[in-house]
Amino acid sequence: QLFPAVKSHHDRRSFEVEDVDTSSHLSPGSRRTTNSPHRNAMSPTSIYNRDLGTATPGTATTTNDNNLNFNQPRSIMGGGGSKTPEPVSRRSELSIDISSSSSRQVDNVTSPASARFAATSTLKRPEVLGHSKTPEMSHKREVTFAKTATDSPVIRRNEGNYNNNGTSRTPEQNHARKFEPPRSEVSLSHSNMSESTKPHHPNPQGKGEKTHGSDFSYVGIDAILEQMRRKAMKQGFELNVMVVGQSGLGKSTLMNTLFKSKVSRKSVQPNPEERIPKTIEIKSISHDIEEKGVRMKLTVIDTPGFGDQINNENCWQPIMKFINDQYEAYLQEEIHINRKKRIPDSRVHCCIYFIPPTGHCLRPLDVEFMRRLSKVVNIVPVIAKADTLTLEERDDFKQTIREELRANGIDVYPQKEFDEDADDRMINDKIREMIPFAVVGSDQEYQVNGKRILGRKTKWGTIEVENIAHCEFAYLRDLLIRTHMQNIKDITGSIHYETYRVRRLNESNGHFSPHPSDHPAAQPKANGQHEEQPGGAAQPNGVAAQHEARSHEM
Amino acid sequence: MLPLPNIISKGQFPNPETPGYVGFANLPNQVHRKSVKKGFEFTLMVVGESGLGKSTLINSLFLTDLYPERVIPGAAEKIERTVQIEASTVEIEERGVKLRLTVVDTPGYGDAINSQDCFSTIISYIDDQFERYLHDESGLNRRHIVDNRVHCCFYFISPLGHGLKPLDVQFMKAIHNKVNVVPVIAKADTLTLRESERLKRRILDEIDEHGIKIYHLPDAESDEDEDFKEQTRILKASIPFAVVGSNQQIEAKGKKVRGRLYPWGVVEVENLEHNDFLKLRIMLITHMQDLQEVTQDLHYENFRSDRLKRGGRLSSHGYILPLSPAYVLVCQLSSLHLPPPQRTNLCLDTHRVTKQHRNATVGHNGRHICYSSETEPKHPELRRWKLSY
Repeated sequence: QLFPAVKSHHDRRSFEVEDVDTSSHLSPGSRRTTNSPHRNAMSPTSIYNRDLGTATPGTATTTNDNNLNFNQPRSIMGGGGSKTPEPVSRRSELSIDISSSSSRQVDNVTSPASARFAATSTLKRPEVLGHSKTPEMSHKREVTFAKTATDSPVIRRNEGNYNNNGTSRTPEQNHARKFEPPRSEVSLSHSNMSESTKPHHPNPQGKGEKTHGSDFSYVGIDAILEQMRRKAMKQGFELNVMVVGQSGLGKSTLMNTLFKSKVSRKSVQPNPEERIPKTIEIKSISHDIEEKGVRMKLTVIDTPGFGDQINNENCWQPIMKFINDQYEAYLQEEIHINRKKRIPDSRVHCCIYFIPPTGHCLRPLDVEFMRRLSKVVNIVPVIAKADTLTLEERDDFKQTIREELRANGIDVYPQKEFDEDADDRMINDKIREMIPFAVVGSDQEYQVNGKRILGRKTKWGTIEVENIAHCEFAYLRDLLIRTHMQNIKDITGSIHYETYRVRRLNESNGHFSPHPSDHPAAQPKANGQHEEQPGGAAQPNGVAAQHEARSHEM
Repeated sequence: MLPLPNIISKGQFPNPETPGYVGFANLPNQVHRKSVKKGFEFTLMVVGESGLGKSTLINSLFLTDLYPERVIPGAAEKIERTVQIEASTVEIEERGVKLRLTVVDTPGYGDAINSQDCFSTIISYIDDQFERYLHDESGLNRRHIVDNRVHCCFYFISPLGHGLKPLDVQFMKAIHNKVNVVPVIAKADTLTLRESERLKRRILDEIDEHGIKIYHLPDAESDEDEDFKEQTRILKASIPFAVVGSNQQIEAKGKKVRGRLYPWGVVEVENLEHNDFLKLRIMLITHMQDLQEVTQDLHYENFRSDRLKRGGRLSSHGYILPLSPAYVLVCQLSSLHLPPPQRTNLCLDTHRVTKQHRNATVGHNGRHICYSSETEPKHPELRRWKLSY
């Protein structure tokens, strides 16, 4: 189970299952309705959207009973008995919910603040509907917001699934959730809402209704989201995380805690020996983990021996070489003439750097390493074993670290320059205020107040790993997995990798021209230059040799 | 040492009217009184990476603030810095007993990316103090010899690792013949009880493996009371001490304790269940005298014999001792047949180096030079000469 903290409520779980099934219905609806505030001609559509029905903040107690969901809105709406008003009423409820939730998704693209959209939605709804359901609608709106806030985990997951274009991110939702009251409160409100949120999902029948419904101007473009989602689910996702830090800082434990399974190097070693290796080694372990039908190939790259020697000069070089090697491998695959359908992505998406909790300031080694590597990979610094520090010491330490990072021009993730829009910036600013996260890892469970939690038990108390009053592990996990995972991969792919690629291609003077269309002039040159291969182009691997052979045929 | 009035009140001395009572049983009291008047000197060196809580621990140990205007440099400054030696002296008085405590701090140790040479400064400092003492001792006016030799070195081991780091091993091997090394596990509130035990065992294993000679507590003598023996047993079993330092007063369970306040609980510095701080303090206080003795009789003597063997040659840091050639010759002759392992004879393993067991004593104040049978010099002339010295 990857997200036990969130999925504590039974209803919630069933709710999510439902979501998996019906998300297809969700997305088209969401697409559609977001258009509604922006287009006047959408009124028939919006009515149609509302037909999806059953997203009622009612007192739903049953689980996957779509029929029941269907019935409830009617009762709650208390709408008229005639057929026509009923569908309308149902639709209205659903549209509000969907639009407000989906508006979040789309808002990330179009960048109005969610609050602003909420206002617009309230304005637009009554206008569009043109009947006196305003008070009820506003009531639903409130509920919706709360629901949507707690809804975010589900949506997030969906988003995570089809985030190839990086559009439908919901970091702000999550952050709205996060930076409000502490996590426990949120999950409580969530459980309260779960009954009400359950009917949120458009049921298949609703979907069926919709497709055969009476909307004339619905094309179905937004069904593409569902197709993408399905495809992504089939393909699965890849994530490559590198952990760097001195020995004994709890790197392996933290990885196990993050993914709630034994994914670290130490867990797969038959005889875990804790010897400090003489040189830095790079050890890469891959696991296939699955949650709710979503498969992920997680690779944890460990670097034992970093910073442990007496002379640590240039200890970052093997790591940089490894990262660049992964970029090179990807580049080689990419410039192939006959490319693979799906290039295996072994590029390091994220590098978690562990800072020892001295409480004073960064060490020269930390500064040197982060300075060099922040240019080639996303670095997420964390304060390791943070149960050494009291809260004041922790704040002072973080402050000092942030200043030192600023003073040395080190850009850690999330980088300021890659914020796409104002929403992004707002969320990322909040994160930037909090890094480096002070984390404590543990893979041992203890009983506290009747609950089983992960923690460390000492004579003076038990440190709960997922309690944000104790440490910031939950924030790190949210950042890495629940909200910014796709963004991390995007930045790796579109910025760090591209930087590397440009540099490499410039080095080889256009030898590796990928498409004739791109460099028509260069192509004959490539042929001509084939004999005199530049040194950098001669790669000692079979792939490159193949490539050269083929270009020769050109 | 019991204060003077107690001895008398306990009636340890037989009635002066008792026949056969001479009265020299009173000698220890006279020594005691004189020492108290003179005061004690103790130099403690603390070595460890920055951020391990060395200063906080020293302040907690002696309940004083040794570093009032401390400025911790940032990482950029640390890159440029080499290891420095900072000695702060403070006079502490308790119940009429004066202690002149010097704490030698070593900021910059282990900070640099390349820590290859970070302890050469420290070793030079220790040697310098020995050199100075040797010089004073061999001088004409020996009335006020100031003893700045380092009596004890607390070496701080990080609790984060899985044992000793390569730097720890190298450093301890370089100084274990010059100073009493007491390894201390810093910031022990990072560790649960199990982790702490595992780490201690690991460290002791590695110390054995690399042949590092740390300071061993002398066994309690048979005539000491049971409590003291028990205490010594507990102390010996807890090495290396896992300590937490703090000078902040926290309110816990209705009383004020010194400790650290966390969201999940309070770590009490002086609670034996939480850490070994009390044990460290007891060890330091009850064995201050022994630490000084071992420094004098073992480390200093080793240094001295090494130094004098080299004689007029430059020492490792370019210091030529202005001794009279005759004196140097005498000392050289006396050490001719002395096997270099004076050190091995003074075994450090588990036996206390007491005056009774000691195998070789080299004295220069006119005391007898006596050797055990193993180190009996073979040269008959030399032997005769020695005994009449």
